[in-house]
Amino acid sequence: MSGISPVAFYLFAGLALAFSVMTVLRRNPVSSAFSLVMVFFAFAGIYATLGAHLVATLQVLVYAGAIMVLFIFVIMLLSTDVPSLDLGRTPRWFRAAAAVVVAGLFMVMTRVFRTGGGEMAPGPYTPEAVAAAGGNTRVLSELMFSEYILPFELTSVLLLAGIVGAVAIAKRHTRKGAQDATSSR
Amino acid sequence: MQLQAVEPWVILSFCSMIFLVGLFGLLVRRNVLIILMSIELMLNAVNLTFVTFSRQLSDLGGQMSVFFIITVAAAESAVGLGLVIALYRTLRTVDTDEIQILRD
Repeated sequence: MSGISPVAFYLFAGLALAFSVMTVLRRNPVSSAFSLVMVFFAFAGIYATLGAHLVATLQVLVYAGAIMVLFIFVIMLLSTDVPSLDLGRTPRWFRAAAAVVVAGLFMVMTRVFRTGGGEMAPGPYTPEAVAAAGGNTRVLSELMFSEYILPFELTSVLLLAGIVGAVAIAKRHTRKGAQDATSSR
Repeated sequence: MQLQAVEPWVILSFCSMIFLVGLFGLLVRRNVLIILMSIELMLNAVNLTFVTFSRQLSDLGGQMSVFFIITVAAAESAVGLGLVIALYRTLRTVDTDEIQILRD
C-alpha cells in the first residue's frame, strides 16, 4: 500500500510485538499491565501510520486511558503485587502444545493472507478523497451520525447495561457483609 | 537501504502474530487478570485487521467497526474486572486453578 512509512510501521510493530510477549510472559501482573500500556501506544502509532487518526486517538483515550486505569486499580485493590509464579505451574506438555497450536495457526493465517482473497471493488474513501473532504475525523464523524446512527445509539444502551451490571456484580455482597459485621460485634 | 512499501499481508500477518500471542497467554496463564489482558491483546489485533482492510479497500466501514469494538471492549473489561473483584471477595484468589467450588 502506498503512503505508509515502512520505518514507522516496522518500528511500532516491533515495539508492539516485544511488549505483547512481555505482557504474556512477565510474572508480575503490574509489569504485565505496563507492558500492555506500551502495546496500546504502539498500536495507536500504527493506526496513525495507516491514516486512521480518529481510531488512534480513541485507542490512546479509551484503551491506554480508561481500560488500563481500571486494570491498575483492580491490581492495586487485590494487592496481588506478590509475583505470581503461575506460568511455572502450567504443565510443560500443555505449554508445548499451546506453542505448537499457535505456530500452526500463524502459518495458516499468513498463508491465507498472502494468497487468499478475491478482488473486491474498492470503496469511495481513498486517502485523497478523505483528505479533500476534510480529514479522517470529519468524514468518520459524518458517517457515524448518518449511516451508522442506529449502532451508535445501541452502543449507549450497551454501555448503560455494562455500568449497571458492573456495579451490581461488584456491590453484591455489601448488605451481607454489613450483617456479618454487626452480628460479629 | 531502501525499504519496500508495506504490503497489506505484512500488516495482516503482524495482526495474526499479536492475536496468537494473546491466545497463547489465554491458554497458559492461570491469573485471571493476565487472562483478561490477553483478551484485550486479541481484540486489539482484530481492530488492526479492520483498519488495514479499511485502508486497503478504501472503505471507512472498517474504522467504524473498530469504534464499536473499542466500546464493547470497554464495557467487557468493566464487567470482567467487576467479576474478578467479586471472585476475589468470595474465594480470596485470582487463580483459575483455585476456582473449583463446583467440583468439591
